[in-house]
Amino acid sequence: MAETQIKNLTINFGPQHPSAHGVLRLVLEMDGEVIERADPHVGLLHRGTEKLIEYKNYVQAVPYFDRLDYVAPQNQEHAFALAVEKLLGITPPLRGQYIRVLYAEIGRILNHLFTVCAYAMDIGAMTPMLWGFEERERLMEFCERVCGARLHMNYFRPGGVSQDLPAGLADDIAAWADEFPRCIDDLEALLTENRIFKQRSVDVGAISAEDAFDRGFSGPCLRASGVPWDLRKAQPYDVYDRMDFDVPVGKHGDCYDRYLVRMVELRESLKIIKQCLNEMPAGPVKVDDRKVAPPKRGEMKGSMEALIHHFKLFTEGYHVPAGETYTVVEAPKGEFGVYLVSDGSNRPYRCKIRPPGFAHLQAMDFLTRGHMLADVVAVLGSLDIVFGEIDR
Amino acid sequence: MDEQALRELGETLQAIFAEHVLAAAVDRGELTVTVAPESLVRVLSFLRDDVNFHFRQLMDVCGVDHPEREKRFDVVYNLLSLTHNRRIRVKVMTDEHEPVPSVTGVFNSANWWERETWDMFGIMFADHPDLRRMLCDYGFEGHPLRKDFPLTGYVEVRYDNERKRVVYEPVKLEQEFRNFDFLSPWEGIQASLPGDEKAGS
Repeated sequence: MAETQIKNLTINFGPQHPSAHGVLRLVLEMDGEVIERADPHVGLLHRGTEKLIEYKNYVQAVPYFDRLDYVAPQNQEHAFALAVEKLLGITPPLRGQYIRVLYAEIGRILNHLFTVCAYAMDIGAMTPMLWGFEERERLMEFCERVCGARLHMNYFRPGGVSQDLPAGLADDIAAWADEFPRCIDDLEALLTENRIFKQRSVDVGAISAEDAFDRGFSGPCLRASGVPWDLRKAQPYDVYDRMDFDVPVGKHGDCYDRYLVRMVELRESLKIIKQCLNEMPAGPVKVDDRKVAPPKRGEMKGSMEALIHHFKLFTEGYHVPAGETYTVVEAPKGEFGVYLVSDGSNRPYRCKIRPPGFAHLQAMDFLTRGHMLADVVAVLGSLDIVFGEIDR
Repeated sequence: MDEQALRELGETLQAIFAEHVLAAAVDRGELTVTVAPESLVRVLSFLRDDVNFHFRQLMDVCGVDHPEREKRFDVVYNLLSLTHNRRIRVKVMTDEHEPVPSVTGVFNSANWWERETWDMFGIMFADHPDLRRMLCDYGFEGHPLRKDFPLTGYVEVRYDNERKRVVYEPVKLEQEFRNFDFLSPWEGIQASLPGDEKAGS
């Protein structure tokens, strides 16, 4: 019998594939159904955000951050606002900080609901998606009520937030926060002990803490590998140092642990939201410095000075002292960093965005090697990949 | 974070590596160390392995373009130590021709970050295992984040229905590119005006 030639098969996963979470082109080299090598090709959603920001002044740069990780926009704005504040040397008033933490946690819940449900759908469970998106819609209503936009909020500004909470919103969020644990319970009832779900995710795409360090992991993906590291605890910003919450840690670093960590984080975020609502003081929501924060509409009707300040702020913007900073926040996906270089003018000289998903996607080759083709989908879903932030 | 501790950290590095560490400065609570390119791998390996530093995670590599300088590019490495809860920024200066040693051997995560820096700035990394473009299109020409690359780019893409494929054409602007420069003319003026020298006498 003649010797048969066995050749590896190369297949293209994406760029249009429902489980590719957007526009990922994944070139897979397969030996039968086993993956020999995975080579993600990214950049299909590249919009040149960093270049565009160099041509805009500091306030105009904020909306670009919404469009990075569009699942949890406010957390990105938070990083940029903190970076500019650090260079300017200003601190927002306490109420502004509380509102930012409140909305950052709403962003985290938005993100984790999306991730967990989309992940479940990727590996075969339909219902969580439908249930989770109903809750997401409620949360996006809260976003809409505070700033007018469901998704791209443009709400966190250097120096605080753009406007105060409208009357009655805090009570509605509190009422929602009392009800929401039922939704988490329902989701957990569907997934956590589900036999199919466990078969698809336990021991799939496991990564040890050592490898996770080496590959620049952060956020839930790092915590799932058993490293108790959370920037909200370790390097607290805004009022996170006043919040009482726990950091969940996984054990095996596999897809199932990443899912579990996110589920616990949902409940922890809820704790923070409740604390924010209870402790939030009255007062201004942005700095009382007319060189940074615009005056109130009413003030402009009567005061010439206010009118001039408004005009200057919305044409020239403010000048940021020369310097550089690498400022990070614990975004829902991991460490989201902004490396901001200022040359003293009204525009950022360089604004490098460090998306957490970039490092995670980089590990795809490591995580999927030797796994089956179907596991690619599970690993991809559990890493929480959103192409808005990876491609920038 | 404790500025004093960071300053001492910088001084320790300078003491150990002598002339290989060109500068160490603490600004706004962040330590920046400038390193000679040839000793980059040595410094980063040391930072990763030494117990007093233990910067086990490379979070970010990026470039910064200063066209007016002779060595126009900064390559910036942001490192994080979980054990000491500290960050450090390591900088290397280079130009278009001189390659920077790749640190993929020290940190696996550097792989894609260096590819991106190559893509965006055209900074070469010596001994990088796979230096392809990262974010730009296949066959893209130029390095978009350089300061001399125009914001609108050089080519635009559209689908040609007759040829049934995507075609690249030189970029056509319907209206001239408008660069809104709101810097007031007063800001640029330096402290001295004609006649100021008489004020002291």
